[in-house]
Amino acid sequence: MKSLTAFWNILLKDMKNYYLKPPNISWGIIFPFAWMLMMFIRTKSAFNMLEVFPGIIAMSILFGTTSMLAVTITFERKSRSFERLLLAPISIELLVIAKISGAIIFGIFNSFIPVLISFFYFKVVVENFTALATGIILLSFVSTLLGLFISVAAKEVFEAQTYSNFFRFPMIFLCGLFVPIASLPLLIRPLSYLLPITYGVDILRFSVGQNNILAFGLNLLLLLAFCSLLFYLSIFNIKRKWIL
Amino acid sequence: MNSNIIEAVNLHKKFGDFVAVEDINFAVRKGEIFGLLGPNGAGKTTTINMLIGLAKITDGKIFYNGKDLTKNINNAQNIIGVVADESNLYAEMSGFDNLCFCGALYGINKIVREKRAHELIELFDLTEFSHKKFQTYSKGMKRKLTIAAALIHQPDILFLDEPTSGIDVASVRQIRNLIKQLNYNGTSIFLTTHYIEEAERLCDRIAIINQGKIIKLDTVANLTSAVQRDNIVEIVFETNIANEASLSADLQQQFPAVKIEIKNSNTLKIISGTKINIVPFINILADRNIMEARLIKPSLEDAFVLITGIGLKLMKKEKEK
Repeated sequence: MKSLTAFWNILLKDMKNYYLKPPNISWGIIFPFAWMLMMFIRTKSAFNMLEVFPGIIAMSILFGTTSMLAVTITFERKSRSFERLLLAPISIELLVIAKISGAIIFGIFNSFIPVLISFFYFKVVVENFTALATGIILLSFVSTLLGLFISVAAKEVFEAQTYSNFFRFPMIFLCGLFVPIASLPLLIRPLSYLLPITYGVDILRFSVGQNNILAFGLNLLLLLAFCSLLFYLSIFNIKRKWIL
Repeated sequence: MNSNIIEAVNLHKKFGDFVAVEDINFAVRKGEIFGLLGPNGAGKTTTINMLIGLAKITDGKIFYNGKDLTKNINNAQNIIGVVADESNLYAEMSGFDNLCFCGALYGINKIVREKRAHELIELFDLTEFSHKKFQTYSKGMKRKLTIAAALIHQPDILFLDEPTSGIDVASVRQIRNLIKQLNYNGTSIFLTTHYIEEAERLCDRIAIINQGKIIKLDTVANLTSAVQRDNIVEIVFETNIANEASLSADLQQQFPAVKIEIKNSNTLKIISGTKINIVPFINILADRNIMEARLIKPSLEDAFVLITGIGLKLMKKEKEK
């Protein structure tokens, strides 16, 4: 019960202090909207929404979560307020889960705008709602954990943002967000399968009846495996780097 | 029942090949104010970090209330309160919210933590600012709130790392009084400070640490008496001493058993290995408007300088850097 009180209050504090601030809410709205508008202008209104739908959702989640974690983790580490959390009588695992929960919720929120615009403006038909929800949730988890992994390695907020970009921008091209993996050069293709976003995007494609590469269940298992790996690597790094 | 709240046994800490702390042994008694004094880089913060769980121990053991918690300091977190050398609360949150949040980290329920937050805010004289953002506080207020936050879960021992560093005189005074009051109410205190007179005024016992080793641990009285070699009397005049050199030479001639020194423009120093009878001096100097004659006892500063061989100016400069 005591741990639960701590967990809930860390999440609540992060929501109030970071995620519910107007600039972040507007980021969650403007970023996906801008991407959709870009696609719309590029193709002169004739783009196939179904094709770009998974990519825009994945981008919104990926950029939203990784950017926020760079602030909530790295900034607190720099200002030493994170020490307060490390000194609390709760396990590091629970502390980290509490810290990333806000970003996961933020990631899910970020997906709402492209989903709503796709539904109501572009009349996208979702064939499998469970797959869509699972895809969004797992993408939020894995992107957040990727952000955590990067943030733990950085000392400054700008450093975390820079490291994030090393991962984020190649992912746009490698994870089948807008360029199908099948059309990538053969040599680069294995790289795509090393990146967790690939599997999340594949689930989203499946949810709207687009050609998916792997089975839904396999994508789900692989994403869960990536989540566990990134979580434990981050915990390992926190213990190694922050508790000297 | 164990009378020590903390026992550090043969603590070692290495960062790669660098030995930060070597073979440290001490015990903090329940209800005492224990001071750790030393220059920058002596190993004070590393020692504290090991005790509170922010640094891994290379070797040695740490006991809390007699229990070996070396491998699991997390189990002691409920009885530890930590005030870092920087005020590290949340800038965007109000003072009251900060205290409540810190209480929640220890699993204290809402009603209790809000009640305690109100009490602490009152105790630390911050009522007027309790709903203002932490970032708007002055340095002194920030420091007070940071100490209050460390007390929200009513710890048995409070670690204070440089609690009065860089704040105004009034706040320093208030914080020192609060430390005394907390200790009077039963909280053990572990204090590190570079203000030696602060340690002298507050601490029951002091460990002097240098180059990762504790070189002396004793009560303030024992530390200072150990360095007292001579008796010193200072005679202070209302005005500047006229003909300083000839006065000094005259007195030296009349009292060859003592050493006469001119300390500054209006102070004369009499030093002797035996007791000093000041009556003859007063009689001779009576027409020079004596303001006061005082017996000088060695201070903790003298003891510190003698024990560590480090000048105080150097220590303060290092700290400022």
